[in-house]
Parts: sequence; C-alpha cells; structure tokens
Amino acid sequence: MTQARWKVTFQVSRKKEETSSHFDHFVVEVDPDEYVLDAVERIWAFQDRTLDFRHACHHSTCGACGMRVNGVEKLTCITPIREVTHEGGVVRIEPMRNFPVISDLAVDMGVMYIRMDNVGQHPVNLDSLEAVQPEARPAGPDLHGEEFPRLSDCIECGLCISACPITASSPEYLGPAVLAGAHQHGIKNDEQVLRMVDCEDGIWRCHSAFECTAVCPSFVEPGWRIMDLRKQVIGIRIKQLFGGTTARKIDPQEASK
Amino acid sequence: MSQITTQSPLTRAAKWFDPRFRTVNMLGFILNRITALGLTLYLFLHLSVLSQLAVGPGGYDKFISIIHNPLFTFGEVLVVTAGMMHGLNGARIVLNSLGVAIRIQKMLLIVLLSIAVVISFVFAVRMFLV
Repeated sequence: MTQARWKVTFQVSRKKEETSSHFDHFVVEVDPDEYVLDAVERIWAFQDRTLDFRHACHHSTCGACGMRVNGVEKLTCITPIREVTHEGGVVRIEPMRNFPVISDLAVDMGVMYIRMDNVGQHPVNLDSLEAVQPEARPAGPDLHGEEFPRLSDCIECGLCISACPITASSPEYLGPAVLAGAHQHGIKNDEQVLRMVDCEDGIWRCHSAFECTAVCPSFVEPGWRIMDLRKQVIGIRIKQLFGGTTARKIDPQEASK
Repeated sequence: MSQITTQSPLTRAAKWFDPRFRTVNMLGFILNRITALGLTLYLFLHLSVLSQLAVGPGGYDKFISIIHNPLFTFGEVLVVTAGMMHGLNGARIVLNSLGVAIRIQKMLLIVLLSIAVVISFVFAVRMFLV
C-alpha cells in the first residue's frame, strides 16, 4: 500500500429485473494499490447498498468476482486499480458477457457449472508435465511423459467463456472452461465425455481466437487444452478406423453389482 | 448462457467483428472471417464472369475490356491478399489442431500474416508497375 490517494470515477453497469441496462457513476477515493473489488465493495458499503455483485475469497481462489474492467475480463480481487486507470481517471465495470445477468454485476453461471460437472471436472486431476506451463511445473524428479496428481488450476470463474467470440454467437457451444475440464478429466477412457467433446458444439466449434487463454487468471490455458483435445480425438478416431476401440470407464457401483 | 439467444443470428455474428479490448489473436480470428466472406463473394463474381462465356466470345471480350482498369486490378490484389491471409492463417489453425506450435501460435500468427503482407505487396508491385 502507498500513501497516495486517487479520485477515480467508477462507471458501474446497473441492471435490475424491471429496469433497462445503464451506467451509474460513483466517485471513490482509492489507494492505487488497492484492488478493483475493494472499490466496488466501498461503493456498496458507503454509496449504494442496492449494488449487486459476487465475491467471496478475495485471493483468486473462489472465482466469484469475475467482471469486465474497461472492457476486459478480469478477476477483480487481483486487479490493482493502478493497472486500469490513473489519478482522476475512469474505470468502467460491467458484468461478464455470454451469461444471463441476474442483477447489476452478478451473472448466472449455472449452465457452466452443470456442463463442467457433466465432463467430470474434478478439483484434483492427473496431469502430464506438458499440460502445465513451465513456471508452474513441480520441482524434483523428471516427470517427463508421466502423469501426476495436482490440484486443478481452473477456479471456474467463467472469464474464458465471457471472452470467447464463439460462445457469443453459439450458446450451445460447450465453451473453453468446460472443454478444459474435459481435457483434465481425460477422454481416452471415457466414451461419454469423448462423445460430448467430439461433436459440433464441442472442440470443433472453437475457431482458435485464443481469447480464453489471454484472460485466464489461473494459467489453465483453455486454448492449448482444446487444441490438445483435437489432437487426441483425431488419434482415437484414426485408431478406431483400424479396429481399435475406446475403453469405457467402468462405474464402481456398476461393477459391484 | 441463454441471455443472447433472443438476439437474431446476424446480431450475434456481428459480435465476431468487434476487436475492442481484445488481443492480436482476435485480429487473426476477425481477419479469417472477413477474408472468408471476401473470397466467397469473389467466387460468385468469378462464376458470373465465366458465365459470360456462354453468351459467346463477343460478350466475354466486352466484359474483359471493362475490367481492364486500376480499380479491378486493386480488387485482384485484394483477392490475392485475402487468399494468402486466409490460407496461411488456416495452416496455423490446422497445425495447432494437430498439437503443433500451440504455445507459439501468437508469434506464428504474426509471422504468417507478415509473410502474407509481403507477398501481397510484391504481387501489387508486379500488377501495377510491371
């Protein structure tokens, strides 16, 4: 924190059920090293208690506070005000795109959560070293070519879906977060997930804009994962052409019967 | 994700062409769409020109004499530019889809688009000056 204080105008998108969308302006005195979410909370606390927004952990773990800051998808709890404006400047805050707005800055992410569940997104996954960005790779023994358990990077914030130009025009498209979840779950041993991703609203709908990777605050690299899924699907289908089969994952409950 | 389903397909597709607040990757995405539309339009124009052959040599020669002007030459340069950009960008996407060069795709995009611009420039010089 610094001693400096900036007067910043926050243009906040407002939308209640009965009203049309508009912007309200709030002048807030901030420390430039504070985060955008801090300012939004202060607006709610001291200027307008009817402002609705989602937040929880304040340290980029819960993924609840995703919004558009000056047009760009940001996790507001880790976006310093200094990075998005200047003394006397303006910050425009809008809800994420491609999700229904519930109220003001809060959006309904239910469909994304259901889809992520359907593709078997888990908090802990087996990942190969190649799937992890170099700076996030574990130190120690050479893990090249092996899979190892690690906590999922994805915090399900939905920023990638908001930034995706294809989701904007095709709501049926599974979207980057869901396909990244399928990649982490694995498709080689799960015919059901393979079918979900290998269809017109799955990996083949992506048109390689890579905006998902650009806005991801958690280094999931959805763009890389979608392309890697394509490579895997092509491999599986070529094997099937020559008589190979995809093993179906056995449900433990089914096996015990 | 149902909020946009009430919008018409045209309104939804228009969002593809909004480059605001996006990265160079989005520029590649937008260029691919614009060049695809341009090349499709050119294909129809090309077929309509070829259909002049059915009218006979007179009709065809008359049409060819009309298009011999700098405006149409510029149009041909645009077709070559669009073809180069769409083709090279498509090659990048194919490579990425096969798991090749995904992590350097942005650099690859810039390099390939630069190559397309250089080749188009050389083509334009030859078309106008040689």
